[in-house]
Amino acid sequence: MEMNQYLEVFIEESKDHLQNCNAQLLELENNPQDLKIVNEIFRSAHTLKGMSATMGYEDLASLTHNMENVLDAIRNEKLAVTTTIMDVVFSAVDDLEEMITSIAGGGDGKRDVSNVVKQLELIEKGEQPVVIDKPITSDQSSVIHYDEFERTILLQSLEQEYLAYELSVKIREGCLLKAARVYMVFDLLEKMGEVIKSTPPSDHLEEENFDQEFCVTLVSKESADLIEKAVLTVSEIEQATVHTMTIESIQKGHMEVAATSQTIHEKPTVDEVKKMSDDKQKPEEQSKGAIINKTIRVNIDRLDVLMNLFEELVIDRGRLEQISKELNHGELNETVERMSRISGDLQSIILNMRMVPVETVFNRFPRMVRQLTRDLNKKIALNIIGQDTELDRTVIDEIGDPLVHLLRNAMDHGVETPEVRVANGKPEEGTIVLRAYHSGNYVFIEIEDDGAGISKDRVLQKALSKGIVTDELIRTMTDQQIFELIMASGFSTAETVSDISGRGVGLDVVKTTIESLGGSITINSTEGKGSIFSVQLPLTLSIISVMLVEMEKEKYAIPLSSIIETAVVKNEEILHAHDQRVIDFRGKVVPLVFLKEVFDVLTEDHLDEIHSIIIVRKGDKMAGLVVDSFIGQQEVVLKSLGNYMGDVFAISGATILGDGQVALIVDCNSLIQ
Amino acid sequence: MTVEAVGSETKVIIFRLVNKEYAVPVQHVQSIEKVMPVTRVPRVASHIKGVVNLRGVVTPIVDLRTRFSLEEGKYDEDTRIIIVTYENKEVGLIVDSANDVLDLPEGSIGPQPNVVGSVEADFISGVAKLDRRLLILLHLNKVLENV
Repeated sequence: MEMNQYLEVFIEESKDHLQNCNAQLLELENNPQDLKIVNEIFRSAHTLKGMSATMGYEDLASLTHNMENVLDAIRNEKLAVTTTIMDVVFSAVDDLEEMITSIAGGGDGKRDVSNVVKQLELIEKGEQPVVIDKPITSDQSSVIHYDEFERTILLQSLEQEYLAYELSVKIREGCLLKAARVYMVFDLLEKMGEVIKSTPPSDHLEEENFDQEFCVTLVSKESADLIEKAVLTVSEIEQATVHTMTIESIQKGHMEVAATSQTIHEKPTVDEVKKMSDDKQKPEEQSKGAIINKTIRVNIDRLDVLMNLFEELVIDRGRLEQISKELNHGELNETVERMSRISGDLQSIILNMRMVPVETVFNRFPRMVRQLTRDLNKKIALNIIGQDTELDRTVIDEIGDPLVHLLRNAMDHGVETPEVRVANGKPEEGTIVLRAYHSGNYVFIEIEDDGAGISKDRVLQKALSKGIVTDELIRTMTDQQIFELIMASGFSTAETVSDISGRGVGLDVVKTTIESLGGSITINSTEGKGSIFSVQLPLTLSIISVMLVEMEKEKYAIPLSSIIETAVVKNEEILHAHDQRVIDFRGKVVPLVFLKEVFDVLTEDHLDEIHSIIIVRKGDKMAGLVVDSFIGQQEVVLKSLGNYMGDVFAISGATILGDGQVALIVDCNSLIQ
Repeated sequence: MTVEAVGSETKVIIFRLVNKEYAVPVQHVQSIEKVMPVTRVPRVASHIKGVVNLRGVVTPIVDLRTRFSLEEGKYDEDTRIIIVTYENKEVGLIVDSANDVLDLPEGSIGPQPNVVGSVEADFISGVAKLDRRLLILLHLNKVLENV
């Protein structure tokens, strides 16, 4: 049967089910007695099994099947939920996830899961699972398991007088570009023969998810010696050992694997799965009490096209409004007004369709925190608030990594070890609150920890020693500005660099990413009490509210998001400080930026008595932009200036106004030093 | 991009600038527009006149006279904007007039004569002789190079 057309649906749904498994498992860990949760996980696992068996992903199906057995035992109260069991189930879900990712990436979804399967089976039989570390690749042939397909290839090549080798390669410790070395080795091997399998799988190798060693199975006509020598020519390769495989050794491995899986369970065939799904039909139907919202899946590209078309409409709407104002025709006015209203509603619906709850980003964090608390030997509870807050998809896509980094940072540098916490009179368990909420045209995401807080002195010392600030600068800095130093590039406060966070390259990247999304990040901290990292993000990136201003005949748009307020000042209120013209604005000295001068607008010579000023801000710095006159507020569609021009100073893009003219959008950030 | 004659003929759009006739391969030309209001973009090279609204797409406009360091001219009835696309860049070129599409036979295109000697020589990829007309083939890559 042609499965390709279902593949996309399969991947999407599998991801949903796995996400659900993950979420419910975490829930289960907190409420081990709640069998409803087990049922929920069971249902997801079961559907997943059925789907993958139908699609022909046997490894996926068999692992799910084993997981299901364990869940079934828990459900029937034959087993109690323990941390060890949860760990194994979690790692099974991890494996499933990786298989799905491999399928989504065009792979075959095959993966060596015998280890997890074995553990699951042990649990099911009521024995304590032996926690086996991931197989060390240097252990010879017996470690590598081949599936049916790989075995067949190996045997066939042996028949065709090829030689089959297992080659284990050790990379020198401290090698910086492991992936590059791996690539060179593979490149060499592929010239000499054909690579059948690698352990760990090649995507892990590419991501450098391995220690010093990896194992490659290949068929070739070259001799073992030659291969060994060739591999050793790659620099930074410490050791290469070649083992020649024989038909017996291949079949022996097969027998072993077969034996282990036979004693406990046979791989389910499609028929069996079907039978089982019939058996399980009843409890499934009973528990389907929850209300399910009807949804359809829409390709995101289509939504983008819809958005683009709508943007065109917004421009024409502006034009129509203007024409009807000029003509002043009663019926036309009425119709246009009606159309404006409808398209306004349409706009909010279309924007809403592109909105995704931050949950889609947040839901991977509990797992991460759980894992990290163990790695760090800390006790940390993650408290998520407002995960149903919605953000534009384009923003969501970008915000994941920065948040991961901030969370890791909070866990690694923020929250102290239990001993320190107890000594400081705090509860042993630290708390990290991840909070999302709407405010105006923005969404705020805050990461608050009750850890050690940021030590101002240490930050300053470090910043001084790294030459990021000078002595004079420090005297004028606010607390917040000092905290923000930790986001300067080349800064890392942790005394020891750990692999969780703190390579000193992270936080500045976080800051840049967030700013490139039109957002900002602020830090508040009390030493000994904890810190809050607050990320402010725009709701959407494509349609923004602007203030239109005029200079002579030229129109410019200033994003409302950076405007604090507008003011009108008289000539004599303008003061001179050094070379800078400033005004006293509500007790604060605000420098003035004459946009006409910045933008070289041709001016007719007449001195204005009164100046129109727009006060804008960037962080806690302010500036007053001097313009000729205000036109008004408008919703506009953000357009780029095209590839040809590249970056233009102080201009972030353009927009098309109601009369069809192009107005440039002022980038206030670059006008404030 | 020297000479784009792959087949036996190259279809080109002919436009005038001061007293000379220039040619651009038709596959790079998206459309030819009449003059429309241009929004000036501050602080960019002087030959970039600004941007226009080309059916909803903000398109930069280059004045070829300024680009070739020729004397400035007034825009009139005949003035046209040739929208060209080249390597992902979409740019409008302001020319005195554009009114011809020609097929250049393969043999008619020769290297540029050495004596041209003006700034615009840098932007020329070749010269074509057709009947009694001399057509200058534009080197779009150079014309659209960032300055």
